[in-house]
Amino acid sequence: MFDEMLAAADQPRQPYADYFDWFSQEDLKLLRKKSTEAESFFRRIGITFNVYGQAEADERLIPFDIVPRIIAANEWRKLEKGIEQRVRAINAFLHDIYHRQEIIRAGRIPKEIIAGNEAFLPEMVGVNPPGGVYTHIVGTDLVRTGPDEFYVLEDNARTPSGVSYMLENRETMLQMFPELFTKLNVRPVSAYPTLLHRALAESAPQNSPNPKPVVAVLTPGIHNSAYFEHSFLADQMGAELVESGDLSVEDGRVVMRTTQGFTPIDVLYRRVDDAFLDPLVFNPESMLGVAGIMDVYRAGNITIANAPGTGIADDKALYSYMPDIVEFYTGEKAILKNVPTWRCSEADSLKYVLEHLPELVVKEVHGSGGYGMLVGPAASKKEIAAFEKKLRAKPSNYIAQPTLSLSTVPILTKAGLAPRHVDLRPFVLVSPKRVDITPGGLTRVALKKGSLVVNSSQGGGTKDTWVLGD
Amino acid sequence: MMLGKTAGGLFWMFRYIERAENIARLLEAGWHIALTRGSDGSNEWESILTTAGMNVAYQEKFDEVTAQNVINFMLRDRENPSSVMSAITTARNNARTVRTSLSSEVWEAVNECWMEMKDTLARPVTERSMHDILTQIRFRTSVVRGALHGTMLRNDIFAFSRLGTMIERVDNTARILDVKYYVLLPSAAYVGTSIDNTQWEIILRSVSAERSYSWLHGAETSAASIANFVLLDARMPRSLAFGTKRIGTYLRDLEEDYGVRHDCHAMAETLCRKVEKRSIESVFDEGLHEFLSSFISDTAKLAGQIEKDFRFYG
Repeated sequence: MFDEMLAAADQPRQPYADYFDWFSQEDLKLLRKKSTEAESFFRRIGITFNVYGQAEADERLIPFDIVPRIIAANEWRKLEKGIEQRVRAINAFLHDIYHRQEIIRAGRIPKEIIAGNEAFLPEMVGVNPPGGVYTHIVGTDLVRTGPDEFYVLEDNARTPSGVSYMLENRETMLQMFPELFTKLNVRPVSAYPTLLHRALAESAPQNSPNPKPVVAVLTPGIHNSAYFEHSFLADQMGAELVESGDLSVEDGRVVMRTTQGFTPIDVLYRRVDDAFLDPLVFNPESMLGVAGIMDVYRAGNITIANAPGTGIADDKALYSYMPDIVEFYTGEKAILKNVPTWRCSEADSLKYVLEHLPELVVKEVHGSGGYGMLVGPAASKKEIAAFEKKLRAKPSNYIAQPTLSLSTVPILTKAGLAPRHVDLRPFVLVSPKRVDITPGGLTRVALKKGSLVVNSSQGGGTKDTWVLGD
Repeated sequence: MMLGKTAGGLFWMFRYIERAENIARLLEAGWHIALTRGSDGSNEWESILTTAGMNVAYQEKFDEVTAQNVINFMLRDRENPSSVMSAITTARNNARTVRTSLSSEVWEAVNECWMEMKDTLARPVTERSMHDILTQIRFRTSVVRGALHGTMLRNDIFAFSRLGTMIERVDNTARILDVKYYVLLPSAAYVGTSIDNTQWEIILRSVSAERSYSWLHGAETSAASIANFVLLDARMPRSLAFGTKRIGTYLRDLEEDYGVRHDCHAMAETLCRKVEKRSIESVFDEGLHEFLSSFISDTAKLAGQIEKDFRFYG
């Protein structure tokens, strides 16, 4: 098992050397106290998330650990290159798959994987998003297993969340430990909202009646689990935070109702799923979208970020083809590794998976949030048997991967530092002009000893992520 | 530019903050009287319920008017949409909706107000804790208002927030007087009796004006001078004259800012003229009760027109 901070007891790895020095001189009790202060700070600011199915009063905090996760400058440079390559490939893939489908003609991915896939939106075929960008915001999930071993776990090309934690975690650390930031050369993340606004504005339609692009964030409302993030981002960008009830379609434009009449919107950063975007085209029951927005979109009169239908690119059934996809569109070998994946839809793979269930992680093709997955080594015999039944019933619904030995970073416990498994979600912004990757991201940490599940809905916490400058 | 929904959210957020504060003030007045005047207090609690517009809801729930029940119903009953806890929760929900328009100070003030009151009002209120709780409510709501004044731009956001405060406030003051209008009539037979003094005191206390009144008028109390003070004295921050003047100002600011004059502007001017440079005698001539009823209904109409003119709802 690879611990990112310690090579051996009391022997920190190079990026952590200064931090470890500092930590060794601190009083553990005082640090624990600071850690409690951080929680009340989060509550006062209101950085909470609502848990579905719980009463309105239950606004939960995602636990925050005060030990930072530190990444060296040279490690980051390599990640950056790999992520940019992958995100460019994904955008090229999305354009291709909704137009000529060259990659299928070339036989690099099977036709069935698109044809039978719910994440593929026929409504997007032949549509040209303004500026040609499909995924304006991507949150690539990475895991690490060794000094040089990074794997992409998921591409999160729909509506990745968590960036507000990246920003608030840093803000909290700056307030609590200002001295550390003078000691270590930590690259700032605070430009993210400005860069997000720029990426969205640069992707606006060219024919807008507004002198400057008008950007709005579409939220399902205050009861959504990520409402805090929606309002936070709108606030930081100086964009309007809108809900379905504020919007309508007038004269071929999506407009919002203001105190002075109706104002056209150029870019809608929607935090609403495809299915709810337009009741006229998708789910007719939707109260969260805008009737007619897809017509406006097809006419090129609004930018929707991310574009509808991007889910096909982070579909788990497609994941195993990503190395081919990267190579097909960039002409280069993929820099970041893919986790070896068995597609249970294929008979040989299914056979292997069924024989090795206790060692594997099995995931639903369309699942997310850590729900509906089997972590073989952590599951009981009974759980495995129950899962096997589901798997046999609909093999094409599952993929399987080896259980990776995720790296650990220590968290602060009563007894001092204790290693816990982590992942990393850097945030990527794409506009017609550039790709921006914020140096840092969201480090999620499984707070339970030995656990590999880092999702906040399953007892995970977060850490501030420090990318060091040269 | 501002979303109509946002304007509505600000307006109601500050109406509810003001409401929470007014309920606390009313209870404080009632509490004070109950403490100093002994056992004849139950009538007073009833009239306090009437003033707060909670009489019907209260009677659906309780058979008897007791201090304990009234206090808990008005402070912490979640089924009572105007209880202090409900009002603060609604204010905070509105604040969440309009958070992008608030300075972080205002947001944190209202969020902390809610967190603290939720904690304090989680248990039934006892006589012993009453004083501290009422103080806490006044303090917490004052912090919200203070943050607004100290940190927000003087633009349309500010105007809608203040309009909510002032509409709620003049409505509240008019209601307090209307419930007790009979003790202010010059013709009242029991002028000068001790009952009468109690009633006057309650009026002044419910608008936190007992001290300022005596600064201005010394010991010389009369029904006409109290009515004049609470209705028409523009120096008194909870008087009708003060509130309508501010309403006029904020609407004029919006007119200038947006360059559009709406129906609500004319309505506000009419409302102002009802209390501006007016003698209390002419109000008595019109009939105090009639005057107050029509003021309350005009204020409600004005609020409705503001909602419509600035597109609070779709």
